[in-house]
Amino acid sequence: MSVPGGNTVLTAADIARALTRIAHEILERNHGPEGLCVLGIPTRGVNLGHRLAALLAQIEPGLDTHQISGQLDVTMYRDDLHRPSAGTRPLAATKLPAGGIDGKTVVLVDDVLYSGRTIRAALDALADLGRPAAVRLAVLVDRGHRELPIRADHVGKNLPTSRSERVSVLLSETDGRDAVVISPEPAAPGGPERAEGGEPR
Amino acid sequence: MTSAYLIRGASLPDGTVADVRLANGVIRDIKAVPAHDAGRPGAAQRVSDAGRPGSEPAGTVAGATVIDGSGCVLLPGLVDLHTHLREPGGEEAETVWSGTRAAAAGGYTAVHAMANTFPVQDTAGVVEQVLRLGQEAGYVDVHPVGAVSVGLEGERLAELVAMARSGARVRVFSDDGHCVADPVLMRRALEYVKAFDGVVAQHAQEPRLTEGALMHEGAVSAELGLTGWPAVAEESIIARDVLLAEHVGSRLHVCHVSTAGSVELVRWAKSRGVHVTAEVTPHHLALTDESARGYDPVFKVNPPLRGAADVEAVRQALQDGVIDCVATDHAPHPAETKECEWAAASFGMTGLETALPVVNELMVETGRMTWADVARVMSEAPARVGQLTDQGRPVAVGEVANLTLFDPAARRVWDPASGYSKSTNSPFKGKELHGRTRYTWLRGRATVQEGKVVERV
Amino acid sequence: MKHLLSTKDLSRDEAVGILDTAAHMAETQAREIKKLPALRGRTVVNLFYEDSTRTRNSFETAEKRLSADVINFSAKGSSVSKGESLKDTVETIGAMGIDAIVVRHSASGAAHRIAHSDWTDATVINAGDGTHQHPTQALLDAYTLRRHLMGPDPLGQDLAGVGVAIVGDVLHSRVARSNVDLLTTLGAHVTLVAPPTLLPIGVETWQCGVSYDFDRTLAEGGLDAVMMLRVQAERMSAAGGGYFPSANEYSREYGLDSARLSRLPAGVLVMHPGPMNRGLEITSVVADSAQSVIVEQVANGVAIRMAVLYLTLTGGQGGAL
Repeated sequence: MSVPGGNTVLTAADIARALTRIAHEILERNHGPEGLCVLGIPTRGVNLGHRLAALLAQIEPGLDTHQISGQLDVTMYRDDLHRPSAGTRPLAATKLPAGGIDGKTVVLVDDVLYSGRTIRAALDALADLGRPAAVRLAVLVDRGHRELPIRADHVGKNLPTSRSERVSVLLSETDGRDAVVISPEPAAPGGPERAEGGEPR
Repeated sequence: MTSAYLIRGASLPDGTVADVRLANGVIRDIKAVPAHDAGRPGAAQRVSDAGRPGSEPAGTVAGATVIDGSGCVLLPGLVDLHTHLREPGGEEAETVWSGTRAAAAGGYTAVHAMANTFPVQDTAGVVEQVLRLGQEAGYVDVHPVGAVSVGLEGERLAELVAMARSGARVRVFSDDGHCVADPVLMRRALEYVKAFDGVVAQHAQEPRLTEGALMHEGAVSAELGLTGWPAVAEESIIARDVLLAEHVGSRLHVCHVSTAGSVELVRWAKSRGVHVTAEVTPHHLALTDESARGYDPVFKVNPPLRGAADVEAVRQALQDGVIDCVATDHAPHPAETKECEWAAASFGMTGLETALPVVNELMVETGRMTWADVARVMSEAPARVGQLTDQGRPVAVGEVANLTLFDPAARRVWDPASGYSKSTNSPFKGKELHGRTRYTWLRGRATVQEGKVVERV
Repeated sequence: MKHLLSTKDLSRDEAVGILDTAAHMAETQAREIKKLPALRGRTVVNLFYEDSTRTRNSFETAEKRLSADVINFSAKGSSVSKGESLKDTVETIGAMGIDAIVVRHSASGAAHRIAHSDWTDATVINAGDGTHQHPTQALLDAYTLRRHLMGPDPLGQDLAGVGVAIVGDVLHSRVARSNVDLLTTLGAHVTLVAPPTLLPIGVETWQCGVSYDFDRTLAEGGLDAVMMLRVQAERMSAAGGGYFPSANEYSREYGLDSARLSRLPAGVLVMHPGPMNRGLEITSVVADSAQSVIVEQVANGVAIRMAVLYLTLTGGQGGAL
């Protein structure tokens, strides 16, 4: 995927370093690996979640990546489903680790934190799936412009942006390479309500 | 309104361009003028007054209203063999007054009013009532069609002689809307009308083969899940009836021929010398069963719109003369009987105001027919089938002035709500009509002037 | 997708999109809390002119699982002659500010008519119109086929190479029409099996095989599923059209019994849209056999209808799938 006119703000090495740091932060905050559960939010949050789970397992050899990672589709909990500008959003799968999320410490993982609306939807979705002991949020990029009282617990990079810019997170799993690119974006209809993350949907 | 008219530079059916003078209800005078001065019939351009050296502006000359007829064709007044005027009994759809105004607007000077009224036109009293309503309206000659069977029920003959001898002098008998399915009843009817040289106009539809039928049976009905009305249900009755007509030596008229097979049967019967005539409707010339795909019941009609090969066959048959007439089967229906699901909707479409433009577009502009052919199939032949003496006559000096002046180059998008029929169930809604009636004269009186029906005739 | 009127309107990708969405919906229905907020604040009317408890219940369940408000409008017996016209009913419902009409009607084209009239702006979902289409039934059939035949992860897949025989009263079957259109769009090969009287004139233009001989079709092989259609016994009377001489003759020639089933490979699925005439087109032993997926079809119906409601009622109408 090419991003015309974009400035690379995180390289592949930057991303790897950030994820490693976040993995350590998660373990530190959780006082170890006990009860951890990493849920990525589709699409790129899922890949980041898998990477984080693998990093956690590297640090804590007792952890089994597959036992702690999953994905959480929040589409049907979004607050913009009925807005014509949003288009019909395709659903993705929700996969929870065996044993579910009751009593676990769930770490939600997304690529970009922007308005906070995706995370609001994710919290509602989680509530229908079980009752975690705690929910934390890890994002690769926090670009600001929050519209809800939501903050991330673990941030790869805080990236001051203007609303007219677009932040694209590229991952090798989906885009062939790792990078975070910032580029000017023509104002899209629906502006702030649009999906967080870089991809136009 | 003056009773004398001078129509300048119009084309006659034979192509002659002439100035035609009408006075005292007859064609007084026809004077040929050089052809280069006027538009050819069917040509796209109408020569304006200013463009014609020496032409006089519209106005009166020696007491006659002068009409610039250049680019227009002057036809004998059209005669419809198949009109549903709905009165008495169906006045919410049409009245004799509204229907005959629609007829005049379409260039007609005579219509045959079908018998399926309430009460049915199966007695001398009812046909005389319809005749009188037509005379009172005064827009076209209304010739009531008599029912073949009492109440159109197909069981016993109505009093045909009484209707023939009534003031309405009925010559055409039909149970239209229903088929005279009983072969014995049909035989008796064909025999019986010989006494006064009448004709039975058959709505050919084998009833058992068309139970619950909703559209032409074929690939489209299979896909749409609408019960099929097979071509064979029409053709089998026509085959039977031409043989019956031959056997008893009577006249048969086949209503609304719609299939290629029917055309072949009529062609075969004519080749044997059977006295059979046939009509086709403008909608069967123009439209196919593909029209049903939108489930809009405005396209629901009986017999149904057929396949493309059938449409081509009826066009060719009209061109060849196997089909004698174009008849509208003008079937007005109130809006609520069409604003519904297909199965619940009534069969039928309006046609009086669109027939001539449709024939112009499909048969004249394509070069398949001349205006003389149009005069034959829309005026002369139907008048002959109906035994009318002062309709369907040549455009010639001394003839009764039943005429229509048609501008074949005029174009308008058809909005049935702007028409004169009370009903708007036209399949040509939203389509561009090729040509427009400018004037219609009934025995020298204008019933239509510059495209508008005269309010008091 | 603003409306769902006919499977003929669906492209391969659209159809696969619906099946995939249904798969995600099905996954949510294994949860303890089955309700999803996707259609919160939306109102759906189930307008049923024909008795069909099963289809209406399936739609109603789907609507409620997606948090829509549901109005059931049973208009059975209504007709132009006997009561309110379809137009008036639809305009009346429309005046209540509804978002979708799920309509079942005995007249072919009724759903199409509502969708393309100016009677309402609501989304129209065809829950069966006359002998025309029953698109959600075909979609749930395709979903069921895909789940069983296309491997452990069928997401994104169509039905390429799958062989299906549809057996019975094709002439009067909206299920058959919808399935021929949809399954062939998805790459399956469909063979219609029926007595010639119960096949429409024009069937030769359909993208499928036609057979009058059930046994020969079974013997020829290549089948992955046999779908039996409901046959109404009244069709054999003269008043009903006289399409076949007796129920006995029909079931002998076109019924699926244990003997016929035993000649099929073990993996061949037995399907029926319901309600079944046990003993006429299918015997009880076959209907209740291990190869029968008839009960599962019903369960899959809820997921398919959730998918269709979600895709037609979110994201602004007229949006792509």
